[in-house]
Amino acid sequence: MKLLTHNLLSSHVRGVGPRGFPLRLQATEVRVCPVEFNPHFVARMIPKVEWAALLEAADTLHLVEVPPGPVQGYERDEEFLRKMHHVLLEVDVLEGTLQCPQSGRLFPISRGIPNMLLTDEETES
Amino acid sequence: MAAPSIAMDNNHQSNYKLKKTEKKFLRKQIKARHTLLRHEGIETVSYATQSLVVANGGLGNGVSRNQLLPVLEKCGRVDALLMPPNKPYSFARYKTTEESKSAYVTLNGKEIVDDLGQKIILYLNFVEKAQWKELGPQVLPPGLMVIEEIISSEDEKVLLESVDWTEDTDDQNSQKSLKHRRVKHFGYEFHYENNNVDKDKPLPGGLPDIYVSILDKWLKEGYIKHKPNQLTINQYEPGHGIPAHVDTHSAFEDEIISLSLGSEIVMDFKHPDGVTVPVMLPRRSLLVMTGESRYLWTHGITPRKFDTVQASEGHKSGIVTSDVGDLTLSKRGVRTSFTFRRVRRTPCNCSYPWVCDNQRKERPPSFPESDKEACQLEQEYVHRVYEEIAGHFSSTRHSPWPHIVAFLKALPSGSIVADIGCGNGKYLGINEELFMIGCDRSQNLVDICRERRFQTFVCDALAVPVRSGSCDACLSIAVIHHFATAERRVAALQELVRLLRPGGKALIYVWAMEQEYKKQKSKYLRGNKIGQGKKVEINSDTPAQGLLVEQMLDIGHENSVDSVPSINDFQEGGCHSRKVITAKLPIHTNRTSFYSQDVLVPWHLRGNPDKDKPVEPFGPVGSHDPRPVFHRYYHVFCEGELETACQTLSDVTILQSYYDQGNWCVILQKV
Repeated sequence: MKLLTHNLLSSHVRGVGPRGFPLRLQATEVRVCPVEFNPHFVARMIPKVEWAALLEAADTLHLVEVPPGPVQGYERDEEFLRKMHHVLLEVDVLEGTLQCPQSGRLFPISRGIPNMLLTDEETES
Repeated sequence: MAAPSIAMDNNHQSNYKLKKTEKKFLRKQIKARHTLLRHEGIETVSYATQSLVVANGGLGNGVSRNQLLPVLEKCGRVDALLMPPNKPYSFARYKTTEESKSAYVTLNGKEIVDDLGQKIILYLNFVEKAQWKELGPQVLPPGLMVIEEIISSEDEKVLLESVDWTEDTDDQNSQKSLKHRRVKHFGYEFHYENNNVDKDKPLPGGLPDIYVSILDKWLKEGYIKHKPNQLTINQYEPGHGIPAHVDTHSAFEDEIISLSLGSEIVMDFKHPDGVTVPVMLPRRSLLVMTGESRYLWTHGITPRKFDTVQASEGHKSGIVTSDVGDLTLSKRGVRTSFTFRRVRRTPCNCSYPWVCDNQRKERPPSFPESDKEACQLEQEYVHRVYEEIAGHFSSTRHSPWPHIVAFLKALPSGSIVADIGCGNGKYLGINEELFMIGCDRSQNLVDICRERRFQTFVCDALAVPVRSGSCDACLSIAVIHHFATAERRVAALQELVRLLRPGGKALIYVWAMEQEYKKQKSKYLRGNKIGQGKKVEINSDTPAQGLLVEQMLDIGHENSVDSVPSINDFQEGGCHSRKVITAKLPIHTNRTSFYSQDVLVPWHLRGNPDKDKPVEPFGPVGSHDPRPVFHRYYHVFCEGELETACQTLSDVTILQSYYDQGNWCVILQKV
C-alpha cells in the first residue's frame, strides 16, 4: 500500500462518516519500490493530497525529508516533486494495520493488501 | 405484387374470367409466397427460373421423397430435390427452365395424397436458387455406439413372441401401460414417479433365461462390458414417443444398452448446449450408451408417425445427416425396445457432477425475500464462488474492452480513479497517467492484482473505504448485476457516486437480459459455436461474463419456466419494479438467451489454466475430467433498467447510456 492510497482510504464502519479519516497506520514491514519519476504527474497529485493525513502517516513510518506542505511554484520545483514522488508513490507498506480513528476497529495489511472487509454486524443498518 | 407472367398468360388463354377455383389457387399461391418470405426468408421471383419452391410438398407436411419425386418428374428431368427436415416445403431444380415452367403450370394447385391418406395441394413458385443452409457435419455423442444386425430375424421373432403383454399387473413381473407406450419390467421395477428403482426389492425371477443367454453372448463378443440385471421392455406404436431424459445416475451403472426390434426409429440425442443429434436405430440393432452419451446427453423419441431419414441405400444406423438432398420420410412401425441396465450399488462418481443426482450437493437457492437473504445469496453464490474460481477466472480475463479503455484514456492526466470490483485488475494499468486504485470482494482476485503491482484492497462495494469526493472517476464493471435486490443495486450505485468529486464521472457496465440487440447477437451468444470435434480457444475478446469454457447445465429448466416473464413485459419497461416470484432461481444455460432476470450462471472450473492451450470443449471419451461447477448469481438488466436505477440517485446526471456486447452501460456525472 502506497501512502497515496492510504491518503484516499477512510474508515467505513457504520456511523463513522468523515470522522473515519485518516486511518491510523501501523507498519511492521515497509519496502521502498523505485518508480519512474514523472514530475507532471506528481504535480497533479499535490492539490489532491490531504496533508495532515500524509504527514501523520509519514511520521509513523519515520520518513525524513517530507515537505510539510505544498511550496510556492511546486509545479516546477523538481526537488520538492521528487520528495513527494518518493513519499506518495515509492514507499510501500507490506505488513501492518490500519485503525479507524473513531471506532478503533483494526484492519490488517498483509502482503501490501489492506483487508477492509467489515462483518455483517458492522455494516447492518 | 405482380402475378407470375406465365400464370397470367395461361389464364388469358384459357378464359377471360378466372374460374372460381383458379382464383382460389392463385390467391393461395400468392399466400404461400408471402408465408415463405415472412417465416422462412425464402424469396420467390416472378420470372421463370430452373428452380421451384414447392409449398406443402415437404417432409414436415408428411410428403415423402418417393411420393413427390415421381410427380415432379412427370413434368421434366429433375436435377435435384431438396427436402429440409421438418419443413412444409421443398425445393426442386429442373434441368432446364422450360421443364420447370412446365411443372409450374401443371402442378400449381395439384392435389396429392400423403402417406397418411390426407390430401395435400401443392403451390409452386420460382426461386433464383434452390438452397438450404446446411448444418455442420455432426458426429455421434461420445460414448455412443449402434451395432447393426446384432441378432438374426429368427431370434427377433422369438424374442418378440416371448413378451406376453396380456399378463395382468398383479403378475410377478411388473407391467404398466403408460400414457404413450406399453412397458414391462424385469429384475427390478422402474418407478416413473421418482425415476429410480427400489434396490432392496428385486422382482422375483430376475431376468428370464432367454435374455441372459443373449447378454452372455454380447459380453463374450465384447459389445458390452458389464452384465445388466434390469430390463425394461417398451412397445411404441407409430405416434408414440418418450420425452428426452437422462437415465437417473444414482439408479444405474454407466453402460445402458437398448435393443430395437420390430421396426427402426430415430432417437434424438441432445447435449445441454443445445446440440441435437438424431440417431437412426435400425431394426435389430443394439444401442450402447456409455460415458458422456449416457450421463450428459438426453435421449428421447419424438412422438410422430414418420421419421426423417436418409433416402440413400446402404445408410442405416447412426446420424441422420442434414443433407437435404438425401432425406425422406420413413413410416414408423411397431417398435419394441429392450433396455438393459445394471442397478447401481455405489454412489455415482461420473464426470458430470452438475447433472448427477448423487453429486449435486444442493438445490438451487430461492429468490431472496429480504435483505438478509440477499446477503446470504450473494455470499454463497457470488463471493464464495469468485474466491474459488479466482485463478481460472483471471486466466480468462486478459483483454480489456475497447469502450472502457477509451473512457480511461480520455481522462485527464493525474486523475484519481477507483475501480470498484476490479477483478484481476485488467483496467488498472490501462493509462499510466492516472492514479488508479482497485478493490474487490475476493481476496484471491485482489492477490492477483497485487502480483501485478496494482494498488488494491479488499472490500465490499456497498461499503467502500475511500473518502467521499476523492475520485475524479470510478469504474463499476460487471459488478452491480451481482446484487440480489433492487435496493442493494441502487445502494451500490450510490456508494460509487459518493466517491466522486463534483464533476467526476463513473462508468457502469451490467450484463444485459437482451443478448441480441438491434438484430445483432452479442459475443456471448456468438461464442456458442461449440460443435463436436471443434476446438474452442480461450479467446481474449470475450465479454467480462463471456465464459468461453462454461458450457452446459440443463438442470433447473423446470424452474425457469414459471419465472419466465414474457418478452413484452421487458419491452414495456415494466420489469424494473417487477418482483420475480419464483421458488428457485433458474440455472442459465451458458451462451444462450436469458429467460429470467435473476439467474444462476454456471462456471466450469478448469485446473491449471493455460491461456496458450486450446480448451477441449468435450473431454476425451471416458477420461476422468472432474470439472467442478460453480453457480454465480446474476440479475441481468433489461433495457432502460440501469438508467432508471441511476435516476433514483442523488446528485447525478446521466451523460451517456449505451449497449455494448450484451451489456447495458451508463456514464454518470456527479453534479
